[in-house]
Amino acid sequence: MPLAQAELVGLYRRMLLIRRFEERCNALFLQGRIPSTLHLYIGQEAVAVGACSVLRRDDWVFGTHRPHGHALAKGVSPRIIMAELMAKVTGCCRGKGGSMHVGDVREGAFPAIAIVGAGLPIAAGAALSAKMRGTDQVAIGFHGEGAANEGDWHEALNMAAVWRLPVVYVCENNLYGASTHFSKAFAVAHVADRASAYGMPGEVVDGNDVEAVHDAAERAVARARLGEGPTLLECLTYRQCGHSRSDACNYRPDEEEASWKDRDPLKVTADRLSTCVPSVPFVPSDLETDVAAEIDDAVAFAESSPDPTPDDLLRHVFWEGD
Amino acid sequence: MAVMGIADALREGIREEMRRDPTVFCIGEDIGVKGGWGGAFTVTLGLVDEFGPERILDTPISESGFCGIAIGAAMTGMRPIADVQYGDFLFCMMDQLANQAAKMTYMAGGEVKVPMVMRAPVGSTRRGAQHAQTLEVFFTHVPGLKVVAPSTAYDAKGLLKAAVRDDNPVLMFEHKLLYGSKGNRAERGAISPIGDVPDEDYIVPIGKGAIRRQGRDVTIVGKLLTVYRALAAADELARSGVEAEVIDPRTLVPLDKEMVLESVRKTHRFVVVEEDNRTHGWGAEIAAMVAEEAFWWLDAPPVRVSAPDTPPPFAPLLEQLYVPSVERVVSAVQRLM
Repeated sequence: MPLAQAELVGLYRRMLLIRRFEERCNALFLQGRIPSTLHLYIGQEAVAVGACSVLRRDDWVFGTHRPHGHALAKGVSPRIIMAELMAKVTGCCRGKGGSMHVGDVREGAFPAIAIVGAGLPIAAGAALSAKMRGTDQVAIGFHGEGAANEGDWHEALNMAAVWRLPVVYVCENNLYGASTHFSKAFAVAHVADRASAYGMPGEVVDGNDVEAVHDAAERAVARARLGEGPTLLECLTYRQCGHSRSDACNYRPDEEEASWKDRDPLKVTADRLSTCVPSVPFVPSDLETDVAAEIDDAVAFAESSPDPTPDDLLRHVFWEGD
Repeated sequence: MAVMGIADALREGIREEMRRDPTVFCIGEDIGVKGGWGGAFTVTLGLVDEFGPERILDTPISESGFCGIAIGAAMTGMRPIADVQYGDFLFCMMDQLANQAAKMTYMAGGEVKVPMVMRAPVGSTRRGAQHAQTLEVFFTHVPGLKVVAPSTAYDAKGLLKAAVRDDNPVLMFEHKLLYGSKGNRAERGAISPIGDVPDEDYIVPIGKGAIRRQGRDVTIVGKLLTVYRALAAADELARSGVEAEVIDPRTLVPLDKEMVLESVRKTHRFVVVEEDNRTHGWGAEIAAMVAEEAFWWLDAPPVRVSAPDTPPPFAPLLEQLYVPSVERVVSAVQRLM
């Protein structure tokens, strides 16, 4: 079903929130206010936002080591993500997870799994649970194309297909697994080509077009909810930043970076919204103000939050109760 | 009350938990095939007839994959009992166990639980290097995993039920020579620790050891098969007037430290017997704990009796040398007296 213009504006705003959130994280990192490293989601916003736009609150997503976008797209509060990044006890993982494990189960975003490919059988397990408990919940397993060369990817897709589990595997093919180009790691043209080997549909999607991702995810999630089994969506996109904060991307041609920036997901959607006959107002500057206020609030919340205490070190190794 | 072996006791424990709680299910390779084996060692034999293939779920040969699936199911409201045919295959799922199951609760700041059981047969049984290892220490080292190792039918059923009800990932190690000496999967050299198993609901609490034999002269700690080696050694030692106390921790994590320390404070001598390789082993940890926390009560150094630092050999002659024998335990104790 084509998106109503109001919905597309909503998706644009969510992508903008992720973009500006990530840019703020980068600045805070450079100022030494966020420790560790960061895997920024800049450039890939349309994938998480498009895919999560067709989910319910009680559906599940499993993110990766680059998870801020997945969590924000699923509805996790920017406040508790920012607090987690700043290692505060009010963070979504009480300061014990950090950037690579953000999530909030109340919003259906499990703590992200930062071992490449390992979240994919776990997503299948959540889908099995939905099936066994007779709910119609759906799980999404996000992963980069690099994960498609891990054993867990193959094992998960096979079992998900054999048992017709309600799971959608969303591959974000951003062309590089860390610094290794797709062409050095795959003898097939597309990750989606492998879907047929497991007896499931595979689809190549323009991952910088949030509408295209939304449409493909809508079909895949509907299929999953009806008990027809899993789908592999390969979303073609581009990591506009380095793999992590220490990566200057000297291995990527300037022309390649420039051509993908021309197809920036925010630009693609803004162009579309500004050329269609307006049924709702689309004023990017208003959205910028709005998003900036939300991020300011998140940073203020995080900075005014307490640090963990030494007691926190030893807690939560085992489950302490609801 | 029925008299049964460990495989039968585990089966009854699984059956009772599955009847009690619809979120409990079994997942593993060859566990529910009609006309099949009921898992590698018959533990799930026949359960598919009562519970159907949806709850006795056969998987492809995909250890890492089905372990991850069990984890995901556990995180979302189910209580899976998974198993591997041989403990050695746990290495295939090491990331799922050590990085995912064990760390999920901690890295989620306590917001997620992973209530699952992973059962694994271990022990040297003429299968050589890749089907006969003793693996507990790889998992006792990982924070976030509970580890149990029952050596009697009563404990097997009671610990299984406790493990299913626990809200954390629990690894249950079972020794292939303790499943029983009769039946189509009986092992050469197996012993049959058959015993009384109550029909009524009971659990063996995780974290509580058992004193298998009282004694005043030396404390011997064993687990799984080596509990029986220690008991046989104690009988032998008694003939020369040495009374050994034999402790079976039953749970390796969390360990019933106080039971071991209290015994050492009484006997002043300590021996740990294990089938695993010696260096950096489980026995080393227990010996270090005794040395640190009961040093002033000791009349002799803590001693390990273990396998040498080799893979499990195939040749029966070599395997006999590999697994600690009763004689080796006896002579280790005699050197302390």
